[in-house]
Amino acid sequence: MGEGRSGAFYVLAIFFGLFVLFLYGPMIAIFVLSFQGPEGGLTFPLNGVSTHWFSKLWAGGGIVDIGAAFKRSLKLGFIVMIGTVVASVLAGLAFRKGFRGSALLFYVAVASLIVPSIVTSLGIALEFRLVDDVIKANGPDWLTEGYTTLMSLYTSGLGAHLTWTLPFGLLIMFAIFNRFDGRYEEAARDLGATPWQSFRYVVMPIILPSLIGIGLFGFTLSWDEITRSSQAIGEYNTLPMELQALTTTVTTPEIYALGTATTAVSFLVIGLALTTILLLRRRQARHGSDAGQGLS
Amino acid sequence: MEKTARAAGWAPPAWLQVSPLALVFLLFFVIPLALVVVVSFWNYDDYQILPTFTTRGYVETFEGCYDQLPQLCTILKTYLSTVKFCFLVWLLTLLIGFTVAYFLAFHVRSMTWQMVLFLICTIPFWTSNVIRMISWIPLLGRNGLVNQTLMAMKLTPQPLEWLLFSEFSVVLAFVHLYTFFMVVPIFNSMARIDKRLIEAAYDQGASGWQTLRHIVIPLAKPGIVIGSIFVITIVMGDFITIGVMGGQQIASAGKIIETRLSALQFPPAAANAVILLGATLAIIAALTRIVDVRKEL
Repeated sequence: MGEGRSGAFYVLAIFFGLFVLFLYGPMIAIFVLSFQGPEGGLTFPLNGVSTHWFSKLWAGGGIVDIGAAFKRSLKLGFIVMIGTVVASVLAGLAFRKGFRGSALLFYVAVASLIVPSIVTSLGIALEFRLVDDVIKANGPDWLTEGYTTLMSLYTSGLGAHLTWTLPFGLLIMFAIFNRFDGRYEEAARDLGATPWQSFRYVVMPIILPSLIGIGLFGFTLSWDEITRSSQAIGEYNTLPMELQALTTTVTTPEIYALGTATTAVSFLVIGLALTTILLLRRRQARHGSDAGQGLS
Repeated sequence: MEKTARAAGWAPPAWLQVSPLALVFLLFFVIPLALVVVVSFWNYDDYQILPTFTTRGYVETFEGCYDQLPQLCTILKTYLSTVKFCFLVWLLTLLIGFTVAYFLAFHVRSMTWQMVLFLICTIPFWTSNVIRMISWIPLLGRNGLVNQTLMAMKLTPQPLEWLLFSEFSVVLAFVHLYTFFMVVPIFNSMARIDKRLIEAAYDQGASGWQTLRHIVIPLAKPGIVIGSIFVITIVMGDFITIGVMGGQQIASAGKIIETRLSALQFPPAAANAVILLGATLAIIAALTRIVDVRKEL
């Protein structure tokens, strides 16, 4: 680690550059290919330039109902996002105070990341199957009439996604509260704030940018999740699952157009989240200190 | 007095605050996991699960394994191949991830540049795995860019068939998808290393390799183990990447479960899930013997 740039720096920088190329290269290829003309195929060279495959995608009816799957995934992603933020913040506050069984719960959360997703997914499927069997056998007539299953996107599916997003949310909350200066709250308490007021006006504004980070994690993890969805989602598929099914059947650039479109959605969400975080940071910097301003 | 009364207010107790999270894990993780173990010992017929104790799920899974020795039966072959993928992917992601993290942590000196380069690595991560998988098709396919280039350069007379829908493409896709899971925790550990230790090593005349071997690697170990656990868990349980990139030709431990499930054979699927879980945990347990992860979290 001498002064100036060592030879190692350049070797590593080239390695890093190659890594980035490796990450982006294939994706750029499908973005380019998705703008092919109507005669285009799955490989290079480009066969004309148009938005033909996007309009075909937009028109729907081509292969499966992509639009519906798209909306389902979007809706589920937002619900998972809100659920993840709320549950993580509450749990983060609780872990900060400490409670009986907190170590156990922490290990359960970590275990949820370590147990292979397909096992969790299968377990949830089994659980709902058994509950369905019990309801069908013992339920009152008004319930069993036409009853099929409790499994759906917003019951088993939501639960499956939360077991994936909540551990991340919790770990981020730990990171936040590790750095949190408890004296702010003490000051609020000394000035007569209720616990709610000190949370609402002191803690909340400080941790808000990180909460958006948790939400972002929650949404994108859910938006791309397949394995946990695979057995636990019920009748209707999410977008990634439809996509996976399409990989074996579709042989037109329409699938690249779909790839480009969903990537665009991810980028839009991230862009919005990052902008919000930056705006909040700027606001904090502006309103952060009122020292020396007196009461006027 | 009035002031203290006002300041008290009602604060929700910790157990109430943690209950949503605890409930989700109880309902969608703990109970399901317990059910997997229980149901793996149940019987079944063509129509339903029968709650009577049997080891049929396990026995059928290992059927003929003993008789066929020394030849490997299907399940052992599948596990061997899954573990092989796991090891290859782990090794490659570790080597690449470590190098990238090392570059970011020690050679990029300005904080802003670290953030920017880090973000650049993060962006592809926000795109669906399936899309990142299929993005290899135009490159590696029979008429893909790689084959076109190789043939144009006269390096090969006909297209290479093993580039796509092969073990090669499976490993490539895994490395492409999950190296970042290695970069993040390793970078995290490295960022915490006191730079003075490295300067001290340098002042004592240690070579770059010695510094790496005796300071950086031991101190980055927690990150290495956490990243490894992530990659191993994902590869062991995967059936989607192996399915798509292997052209649905390569068996994997996860695929066995999925096949059983699509035939609605829940008990044998559960038995296989228990075996998979056992195998994964065994590998992780071996890893955590190297370092106490709990201490580092």
